[in-house]
Amino acid sequence: MSQTTLLLLVSSSLQTIYMVAAASVLATMFGLPLGIALYITRRGNILEKPRLYNFLATLVNITRSIPFVILMIAIIPFTRLLVGTSIGTNAAIVPLSLCAIPFIARVTENALSEVNKGLIEAATAMGATTLQIIYKVLIPESLASIINGLTLTVISLVGYSAMAGAVGGGGLGDVAIRYGYQRFDSVIMLITIVIMIVLVQFFQFLGDWVVKRISHR
Amino acid sequence: MITFSNISKKYITPHGSIPALVDINLSVPKGKIYGIIGKSGAGKSTLIRCANLLERPTSGNIIVDDEDLTTLPPTQLRQARRKIGMIFQHFNLLSSCNVYDNIALPLTLSKTTSTAIKKIIMPLLELVGLTDKEHNFPAQLSGGQKQRVAIARALASNPKVLLSDEATSALDPETTETILQLLKNIRDTFNVTILLITHEMSVIKTCCDFVGILHEGKLLEENDVGEFFAYPKTAVAKNFVTASFSTKLPLNITQHLQNVSSADTHPIMRFYFMGDAATQPIISQLINQFRLRINILQGNIEYIKNHAVGTLVIALSGNANDLQNALNYLTSLNIHTEIIGHVPNNVIAFSE
Ligand SMILES: Nc1ncnc2c1ncn2[C@@H]1O[C@H](COP(=O)(O)OP(=O)(O)O)[C@@H](O)[C@H]1O
Ligand SMILES: [Mg+2]
Repeated sequence: MSQTTLLLLVSSSLQTIYMVAAASVLATMFGLPLGIALYITRRGNILEKPRLYNFLATLVNITRSIPFVILMIAIIPFTRLLVGTSIGTNAAIVPLSLCAIPFIARVTENALSEVNKGLIEAATAMGATTLQIIYKVLIPESLASIINGLTLTVISLVGYSAMAGAVGGGGLGDVAIRYGYQRFDSVIMLITIVIMIVLVQFFQFLGDWVVKRISHR
Repeated sequence: MITFSNISKKYITPHGSIPALVDINLSVPKGKIYGIIGKSGAGKSTLIRCANLLERPTSGNIIVDDEDLTTLPPTQLRQARRKIGMIFQHFNLLSSCNVYDNIALPLTLSKTTSTAIKKIIMPLLELVGLTDKEHNFPAQLSGGQKQRVAIARALASNPKVLLSDEATSALDPETTETILQLLKNIRDTFNVTILLITHEMSVIKTCCDFVGILHEGKLLEENDVGEFFAYPKTAVAKNFVTASFSTKLPLNITQHLQNVSSADTHPIMRFYFMGDAATQPIISQLINQFRLRINILQGNIEYIKNHAVGTLVIALSGNANDLQNALNYLTSLNIHTEIIGHVPNNVIAFSE
C-alpha cells in the first residue's frame, strides 16, 4: 500500500472520528436537556405541563421520522447558514447532530422514567427544589442507562457519518465510495469496513466500561 | 407538635371522586410516638403524606411545630420540610450513592459545607450501627441496614418530627423489632415526635404511645396504647386487638359455637384484662365465690407500656344465677367481658 493511500486512510478515519465526536457532543448538549424537559413535563411528573409536553413530543417524533439522507438534503440551507458551506466535514456535523438530538432526547426520557418515583418523593420530603431533584436524584440515578443510550447513539452516528461522507462529507464513507465503489478498489473498501468495525467496537467498549464504573446496583 | 385539623382528601379519578380521608382531627404531642393502624386502602399512606404535604389535602390544616403548612408559599414549605424527616417502606435510597452520601443528601440539599456534613454524619452512623458500612452501596446492604441508612438520612437535618410510612412492612419480624427499638431510642435521645402508619398491631404494641384506627378514611377511635388494647371501643378496633392477641380458638370449639344458650350448653367467655385487673386472682374468685367450674381454653397476658393487658377465654359451668353474679362482679372490677357463644356440654369436659 502506498504512503498516500495510508495517509488518506488515516486522515479520513480522523475525519470520521471528528464528525462523530462533534455531532455526539452537540447532540448531547441539546438532546439531554430536551429529554429532561420531556420527562419532567409529562403528566404525573414533577413539572407536569401537558401542552408543552405534547408540543415537544411531536417535534421529536417528526424529526425522528425523517430518514437521515433526506434530512441531510432538506436542511442544506440551514447548514449553509450555520457553517457557510454545505459540503465537507463541518457541514456534515449539522445534520448528524440534528438527527441524533431526538434520539438522545427519547433515550434520556426513558432512562429518567425508570428512576423509582419513591426517590423523587423522598427528595421532595427533604425540601429539594425541582432543579435539585434533577441534579441530585434523577441524573445520578439514571446516568448508567443514559450512557448506554448515548453509546447506542454514537454507534449509529458512525453509520450515518459514512452516509454523509458519500454525499461530500468526507471521512471513511467518502473513501469507501470513491475508491471502493467508483474505482473497484476492494482492498481499500475492505480496510474502511474494518476500521469502521474497530471504531464501533471501541465506542461500545468505552460505553460499557463507563457504565460498569458508575453502576452500583 | 403535629396537628391535623379537619383534614379531608378526595382523589379525583375518571371514575369519580374517592374520599380517601374524611374530616381527620388528630394531634401528636411533642416527643410521643403516634401510630395509625388500618387495613389496606384505609387511607394511611394518604394521611401520612398529608403531614408534609407530599399530598395536599382537599380541605383542612396541617400544623407542624406551630406552623400551618397548608398556608406556606413554596420556599417556606421547603424550609419547613427540612425539619420533618421521613422514612419509607421501600427505603428510597439512591442506588448511585454510598451510605455516607445517602445520609448526606438532605444536608447537601441545604448547602451545608462538607466539613460540617462529616461532623453530623459520623455520630449518626454510630447511632444506627453502620460505622463500617460508610462506603457501601445500598445494593450491598440487607433490608434492615437499608432502613437504618434511611433513618440516619431522615435524622441528618436534625428534624423535630419523623414520619414513618410502613417502615417495617418489608422487613422480617426480628429486624422489625430492632428497627422499632431504634425508633424508640431516637425518640428518647432527640425528643423527636414520631407519626407512623402500619397495618401490624405488633408495631403499635412495641413502640407507640398513642394509636388511632383509620377505617375507610375515617379516624374511628384513638387512645393511649395501653387503654386501647384493654378497651377497644369499635368493632374494627376489637378485631384488630383480638387478632393481635392471636386468640383463634381451636376448630373443635369454633365449629360447635352457637349464639343461643340452652340447658345443655356452656357459655364461652372472653375477658380482656388491663392494669391491676390482669394481676388479680380472678379465676379462683370465680371458683370459690361463685361456685363456677372453669375450663381455660386460651390465655395471653402481655405487658404494653407497663400495663398488663391480655385476654383469657374460658368455658363456664354453673347455675344461671351464679353466672350472672359473676359477670356483675367482673364488670365491677373493670374487666371487660364478652360471651363469645355457647357450646354443647359434650364438647368441653368439666371435672367434678
Ligand atoms: N393517587 C391516587 N389517585 C386516586 N386514588 C388514590 C390515590 N392514592 C390512593 N388512592 C385511593 O385512596 C384510598 C386510600 O389509599 P391509601 O392512602 O394508599 O391507603 P393505605 O395506605 O391505607 O393502603 C384507596 O381507595 C386508594 O385506592
Ligand atoms: Mg399504603
